[in-house]
Amino acid sequence: MKLTPKSATLLVLLVLILLSPVLFPSGYYYRVGALIFVNAIAVTGIVILTGYAGQISLGHAGFAGIGAYACALAPVHLGLHPSLALALGAIISGVIAFLVGRPILRLKGYYLGVATLGFGILVSMVLNNERQLTGGPDGMEVPDLGLRGLLKDAGLDLTNGQFWYWFCGLALILGAWLALNLYNSPTGRALRALHGSEVAARTVGIDVARLKLRAFVISAVYASVSGSLLALQNKFITPDVAGFMHSIEMVTMAVLGGVGSILGAIFGAAVLTLLPQVLTVFAEYEQLVLGLVMMLVMIFLPQGLLPSILRKIRGKGE
Amino acid sequence: MTALLSVEGLGISFGGLKAVNDVSFTVQPGEITSVIGPNGAGKTTLFNMISGVYQPGQGRVLLGGEDVTGMAPHLLARRGMSRTFQNLQIFQSMTVLENAIAGFHLSERGPVLADLFALPSSRRRAAEAQAGARDLLARVGLERAAEREAGNLSYGALKRLEIARALALSPRILLLDEPAAGCNAVETEEIDHLIAEVARSGVAILLVEHDMKMVMRISNHIVVLDHGEKIAEGDPAAVSRNPAVIAAYLGTEAANADG
Repeated sequence: MKLTPKSATLLVLLVLILLSPVLFPSGYYYRVGALIFVNAIAVTGIVILTGYAGQISLGHAGFAGIGAYACALAPVHLGLHPSLALALGAIISGVIAFLVGRPILRLKGYYLGVATLGFGILVSMVLNNERQLTGGPDGMEVPDLGLRGLLKDAGLDLTNGQFWYWFCGLALILGAWLALNLYNSPTGRALRALHGSEVAARTVGIDVARLKLRAFVISAVYASVSGSLLALQNKFITPDVAGFMHSIEMVTMAVLGGVGSILGAIFGAAVLTLLPQVLTVFAEYEQLVLGLVMMLVMIFLPQGLLPSILRKIRGKGE
Repeated sequence: MTALLSVEGLGISFGGLKAVNDVSFTVQPGEITSVIGPNGAGKTTLFNMISGVYQPGQGRVLLGGEDVTGMAPHLLARRGMSRTFQNLQIFQSMTVLENAIAGFHLSERGPVLADLFALPSSRRRAAEAQAGARDLLARVGLERAAEREAGNLSYGALKRLEIARALALSPRILLLDEPAAGCNAVETEEIDHLIAEVARSGVAILLVEHDMKMVMRISNHIVVLDHGEKIAEGDPAAVSRNPAVIAAYLGTEAANADG
């Protein structure tokens, strides 16, 4: 039986998540793994916005910030359980993306990039300046999700690192499944069509403005959930989560890995999360080497890491 | 017989230059109406106004009696207007089949949550669109290329793919902008047959075409433009005898002098 691309992607992802711990030299790597999954969730949203619909955002960390601070603030001020705070953050992010996206998605290319950049900076400034609420640049504590305790009571005793590894891994599989469903669905097809030719998309009846907005809202929810999971596992959050660098990181991971495919983008997230850990041997030259690696990939593998590698393998097979 | 499409006094200017001026004509269901004229006569501009790509400066466009002047293309599509492009507008990185399925957008679209969770309703809509798309690809002779990436097809095949995509909307009127441009004789003839067959099924066809032999062979009605104005109109025989038309096509000195 031939696997559909969707099942194949999910299978590869599942196997990698299940088997990777075998290779972990220490418990610390569960934490790195969880961080990869959190980044990969945000990057999957970028694939929907940029890879499917061809729209760019340099401000998606703003939504990660909303998701993160929802988990910090809602349990304290609204008395919500952290899991419901995550859902609330996703809803707020979706609504804000809808309101912000309507005017700015009329813009194209780098104009859209700059407008989304402005949005990200706005969120970051609010989080930095509302000291009484957010603690400002010093950050604030995030309450415990409480699920690990429940699992322990049920007889499943996981370390903190292990718990977040499996929990975020599960969330990533769910996120990837939704994104893969979308790809071959009527909505996904319309998004890819308007990416290919907006004028032709309109003539087949695609409401281009509305579909771009949908992609923007969906990707904002991904970023928000990613921010929430980061806040919950660190139990502490600073406005950096909404910072410009984090927005750039998301786009870079997606483009480096291959923005056209979910697996590629997740691979990009893994590489860029791991690389700084590996490059610590270069000490103060770490950033330099990281930048160099990124430039070389884009020059020699412009399709992104994974698609280029796969093409090479297939090419040799023939 | 009431006209399906009426163009009334349509005009547009670009920076003071009148690209199209006071053009009127009608298109009947099941008939092929062609717009011809020398290069720069304003044919494509006229097309773009009718199909909502440009906002007309003057005049009205009526579709089935409804005023649709300057209406957005995706709303025109819902009212049964479909078109192809002079310069191909293909979804390059999608497969041939996906391009054709995209034409079924209006019938396959549904709630985005159903699509995200791959609910049975979403999968059923997609499967129906896919079956329809395969039928259309067979009709234009592209069924064997279905799984190929559209960007790799020959020019003539892409022209037919565009027509298939436009037909997926089950349009009442189909606007074809130079469907045979860049095609060889065999391909032109294939497209010829296809257009005639579509017209026979009751669809109104508005055609812009440079290939005069093709226009004369398949048109029921011809509108001739020159310098943005309608200079003649009638059946192929009448138009080909019309002195103004002959002057517009052969009087190149006069045309060149006007730039």
